[in-house]
Amino acid sequence: MSIKYDVIIIGAGGAGLTAALHAKESGVDVLVLSKEYPTRSQTCMAQGGINAALGNMSEDSVEAHVVNTLKSAHGQADEEAIRFMCNEAPSAVAWLDSIGVCFSRTKDGKIAQRTLGGASAPRACYAQDYTGLKILHTLYDKVLEAGIDILNEQYLLELLKAEDSSVCGVRMLDIRSGEVKSYESGAVILASGGYSRLYAKNSTNSTASTGDGIAIAARAGAKLIDMEFVQFHPTALKNSSILIGESARGEGGYLLNSKGERFTNELAPRDEVSRAIDTEIKNGEEIFLDIRHLGEQFIDDSLPQERKLAKLYENIDPVHDLIPIKPVAHYTMGGIAVDHKSETSLSGLFACGECANHRVHGGNRLGGNALLEIVVFGKEAGLNAALYAKESGVKTALKRGETVIDTIAFYKNELDFYAKRDYIGDLFYKNVGIVRTKKELEEAQTEIQNIKQNIKKFGVSDSSKIYNTNLIEFMEFLNILDVAETVVSSALAREVSCGAHYIVGAEDAS
Amino acid sequence: MQVSIKRGEEFVSYDTSLEDATLLEILAFIKTDLDNTLTYSSGCRSSVCGSCSMRVNEVEVLACAYKVSDGDKIEPLRNATVIRDLVVDMDKSYAFNAKAKAWLSAKSESVLLDHEDEKINEVQSDCILCGSCYSSCPVYAVNEEFLGPFALTRVWKYVSDKREDATEEKVTDIQNNGIWDCTLCNACTLVCPQNISSKADIEKLRMKSAQYGFMDPNFASFGGGFGSFDGSPTF
Repeated sequence: MSIKYDVIIIGAGGAGLTAALHAKESGVDVLVLSKEYPTRSQTCMAQGGINAALGNMSEDSVEAHVVNTLKSAHGQADEEAIRFMCNEAPSAVAWLDSIGVCFSRTKDGKIAQRTLGGASAPRACYAQDYTGLKILHTLYDKVLEAGIDILNEQYLLELLKAEDSSVCGVRMLDIRSGEVKSYESGAVILASGGYSRLYAKNSTNSTASTGDGIAIAARAGAKLIDMEFVQFHPTALKNSSILIGESARGEGGYLLNSKGERFTNELAPRDEVSRAIDTEIKNGEEIFLDIRHLGEQFIDDSLPQERKLAKLYENIDPVHDLIPIKPVAHYTMGGIAVDHKSETSLSGLFACGECANHRVHGGNRLGGNALLEIVVFGKEAGLNAALYAKESGVKTALKRGETVIDTIAFYKNELDFYAKRDYIGDLFYKNVGIVRTKKELEEAQTEIQNIKQNIKKFGVSDSSKIYNTNLIEFMEFLNILDVAETVVSSALAREVSCGAHYIVGAEDAS
Repeated sequence: MQVSIKRGEEFVSYDTSLEDATLLEILAFIKTDLDNTLTYSSGCRSSVCGSCSMRVNEVEVLACAYKVSDGDKIEPLRNATVIRDLVVDMDKSYAFNAKAKAWLSAKSESVLLDHEDEKINEVQSDCILCGSCYSSCPVYAVNEEFLGPFALTRVWKYVSDKREDATEEKVTDIQNNGIWDCTLCNACTLVCPQNISSKADIEKLRMKSAQYGFMDPNFASFGGGFGSFDGSPTF
């Protein structure tokens, strides 16, 4: 017997939990399925802030927020969607405040705001440098209060469809028991995160950001768009790719080369700063972030995580030393195409958060707009999926046969997929990275196609049913391969430069 | 670099050539290069997701924030069901957040927080739910209904939030198997990777409870001969 809910949500980060709260509030029953635990989701890593034109520090307007976002998007965004998001931003922040998020405050009792790159005013509301963590945990507390069912450590295998080919459920692997279970619903919301781990160790992201929902939606026939737009964050620690948040530059940090010279406007959009750093590195320079002049008290007050992580991973203290950095994959603008109701090209399937593409970031996302997007469109996805489910009712899914796990069992396991995973990460960092050429893109495409043709030579060593992370990581690898193929083919199809997609010698489309 | 890792009932030794590495880097190396069956949880690598909490030489750490020394003995967290190797089931300890009603219950419409107010519960809201505190807690070890350190810290986070109007109701919910069961031993404080002291938060919740007329049941059980509660620590 399968388990039935009106709305099933895959993913329990900021987008999934926001969707869950709003769906539940509109009167449907909701099940959240997470491959981890909610508070371990990628959202916890967001540091900088959430944008809203509150004008708490100096004058600001929704219009300025729209203009800044549009400019950074390089013509690849949906202006109507951006306008909606920026208009909703003040009430999204007010809602987060009302559920208890501990935003940093000004002396006169307002939510404090800081300037992030590409913004014309201090617009990002923050909670020290733990903004994502504190938003995520507060959402989780509210989900517990609302009594929403959550099942942890459940891995998405496939989407289920009804006779009318609408999406009406999911097949999941219970990671703990190794059992495969089906869940039927009126609607499914994917809130399963981005694909920055395609770049393996050249990414700031959690090891879980493997594009699972995107790959599985595509396999079910959902349309993906703008997959070539991958944001490289200018300042990750050089050895570990650990993020040093944009607030470090927003608060006055400098970028220096080996000669100790500044070489770019630190507050330009991320794609521009990353390219400037890339050029310097290719000229043989080492690049450093300098926040020494901000002073110890300020650093401990505003950038405590950064100080701790720099000490741990680079053995340097940012109060006294330069921080060695490099740009790495940080956020993926591309994703599952959705309409203004957050519905995908498949009826019954909704998407929000980084796995979705609401076309509000276009060619390059602004700092502070990702947390905003998950709250604004998480709500829309939750409300619209609930509405859909009320009309459609819980449908019966067509019976499915073997799962991917059954197929993998016959793979030969002669080649090591972990080594190949790292290889692809390095290959994509070099060939499908900050600066691209047609020739290098084609090389990467051929390589991915070769690996896919030989996929049966890879496989899983661990035969345990119980908590088999070797199996999970192999399925993530399969998802990464599908995503990689789409990223590189989209990159080849866009022959002009645009935002984060920069082709050497090509005309700039923006 | 040699480490031994508890897998089931036994410790298994692994030799790696990595120097100056975090425990998480060592585990990832063992997993991908030496033994694909080694099982552990990880996520952010930067101490904010709380996935990789475990014990090294009998002390709770985050694997991503711990630099390995030769001969280290690695074990899963205590006071939780081990699912496999270093992975434990966190569902039970997480359920205490709901049981303790650790959320903002009734938001005041009139209170505005300022920079000073933000500092009141800033540290408490840094909690990453890694569960190190439950692993180290001797009370939870013998009373599996004890609400436990991170859930009580979370309650204090909301009780101390000036926007919370229902503080009396909130402290009422943590009287049984809650604040009075703690022995104030401070083990949770010593292992918290975020420098949170649940012990101190529990003491503050006791003070708040006393303001609402709640008493330490350990005193009350002496036949009430101790007279009125003066707010001093129990032990």
